[in-house]
Amino acid sequence: MEEKLTLFKNRKRFGIEKNIDLIFKNTTLTLSSLVAIVLFGIILVVFFQSFESFSRYGLKFLVTSEWNPVKDEYGAFTAIYGTLVTSLLSLLITIPLGVGTAIFITEDFVPKFVREIVGSFVELLAAIPSVVLGLWAIFVMEPFFREFFVFLHKFFGWIPLFSSEPAGRNSLLAIIILVVMLLPIVTSIARDSLNQVPKKLRNASYGIGASRWKTIFSVILPAALSGIMAGVLLALGRAMGETMAVTMIIGNSNAFSWSLLSPGYTISSMLANQFGEADGSQVSSLFYAAFVLMILSLVVNIFAQWLVKKFSLKY
Amino acid sequence: MNSLYYQKKLSRNVGDKFFTSLSVFCALIAILPLIFVVTYILIKGGSQITPELFILEPNPPGDDLDAGGINPALIGTLVITTIASIISIPVGVGGGIYLAEYSNGGPFSKFIRFGVNVLAGVPSIIAGVFIYALIVSTKILFGSMYSGLAGGMALSILMLPTVIKTTDEGLKLVPNELRYASLGIGASMYTTILKITLPTAFRSIATGVVLGIARAAGETAPLIFTALFSYYYIVSFEDLFYEMGSLAVLIYNFALEPYDAQNKLAWAASFILVISILTVNIFSRILAAFTEKTKRV
Repeated sequence: MEEKLTLFKNRKRFGIEKNIDLIFKNTTLTLSSLVAIVLFGIILVVFFQSFESFSRYGLKFLVTSEWNPVKDEYGAFTAIYGTLVTSLLSLLITIPLGVGTAIFITEDFVPKFVREIVGSFVELLAAIPSVVLGLWAIFVMEPFFREFFVFLHKFFGWIPLFSSEPAGRNSLLAIIILVVMLLPIVTSIARDSLNQVPKKLRNASYGIGASRWKTIFSVILPAALSGIMAGVLLALGRAMGETMAVTMIIGNSNAFSWSLLSPGYTISSMLANQFGEADGSQVSSLFYAAFVLMILSLVVNIFAQWLVKKFSLKY
Repeated sequence: MNSLYYQKKLSRNVGDKFFTSLSVFCALIAILPLIFVVTYILIKGGSQITPELFILEPNPPGDDLDAGGINPALIGTLVITTIASIISIPVGVGGGIYLAEYSNGGPFSKFIRFGVNVLAGVPSIIAGVFIYALIVSTKILFGSMYSGLAGGMALSILMLPTVIKTTDEGLKLVPNELRYASLGIGASMYTTILKITLPTAFRSIATGVVLGIARAAGETAPLIFTALFSYYYIVSFEDLFYEMGSLAVLIYNFALEPYDAQNKLAWAASFILVISILTVNIFSRILAAFTEKTKRV
């Protein structure tokens, strides 16, 4: 007994063990700082590469749509316009669809297992690679919508958005495929925030005689609004940066047109298309376009995070 | 008296019916794309699957009717995703350990968590542009330009936020009592993390990481001007430093070819890619649901 106690007393932590502990901590610290380093690295590298083009064209780059490697004239207006229009319009379609689906999943119209199947179907849709959706869009979706576009042009041609003859690949197809890609994001985030609304609120609303949809519109949706908004912004950031499916279906033309039925361009599809073959000042101009895209998506993302923090549910 | 009973024609009941059907309609539209995409891939891609597909090189697009196989692209995808995992898993798990175990919610960890979210929102093509500027155009990797290694690095940037986030969240779910017990019997911090907390959170971290790998395997945008594409077999270690094909880039290149044979090859490659990604997703979903049910209280 006596012997055991002294043995216990002598057990002290060795210096080497303390050192290992410290090394381990500092290693993980370094690894986590790598995230910040990579992030700043991306911003700095893209900025410095675009510097040549930036100093030559300045902000004029953003508002002219000439893209001529032969004459060394570059302006990304068509691509920036295309990026904003395709992402905003696709979002406009996705929001009601996604929120409607999220309501379907969180309410009890149908048995739980049906809702769970619908929920996982929508989430599996998010797992399909963008390039596969692009392939599908070229060979299945485009022929399916062809007649409809002709009809759209014939009867709504007086609206500038549909004023041109429908091209085989056009911005409207890109918008439709973007809706397919954004739907899972909006739906799953809207579902999570609807699920977080406490049951008490719903019961209180039912208790004073509100109908189901009166409750949804006046109590549940407002309570979940901040989460849904954040999801919408994340989806917007995703839509602006989405590359493959859009590149494959948008037609890649730098000729500016108001019409959605004519081929268009987005910043990301321009990068995907031209980066491989570019040289000289074209590379720098492409980096400039990439920088614009990055700033756009950074602003949207940071705003989304701020929104979540500021208005996160507090019950 | 009537007001005690449900009245169909009341405006509130008509409105409720209308909105309910609207929401059912939304849900139907939302699941249609998955069903259509998967059906077409099963039909169009599934019919192209032959043993030769897995062993032959693809033929360059041309008039010949036989497109060949996708062996180099299949192996390329495996190699590039492995490189991306080798880089991003240690960095991501390590970074996640710091956030969950060492940081006490101070400004540094807040900043890193914010950075992780921002990095997750960076468009995938920007990762490609970054690696192009840093590695491809500078020929920093032993003078090679486009290479499988550069492609793997680009993908690792996309995987990193996912890995850090799942590690951070997985470790936070581990009950503090386990840590106290381990520290209480005299274990040092790193022993506690490596022997107690990490193994406890292993399953949830692994699920998240595997989903991240599946996501990276389908990414195309970061590869089209870092790894480029290759028609030839990958035979030796040195091939890492040359252009490397991948399923995703093969689909992109061959979908845009005017030849039917190449288009069919793109469908076959989509079949393999989608089936593997969906299998991984469904499997990890079932596993997660199973863990949920059997979790100890």
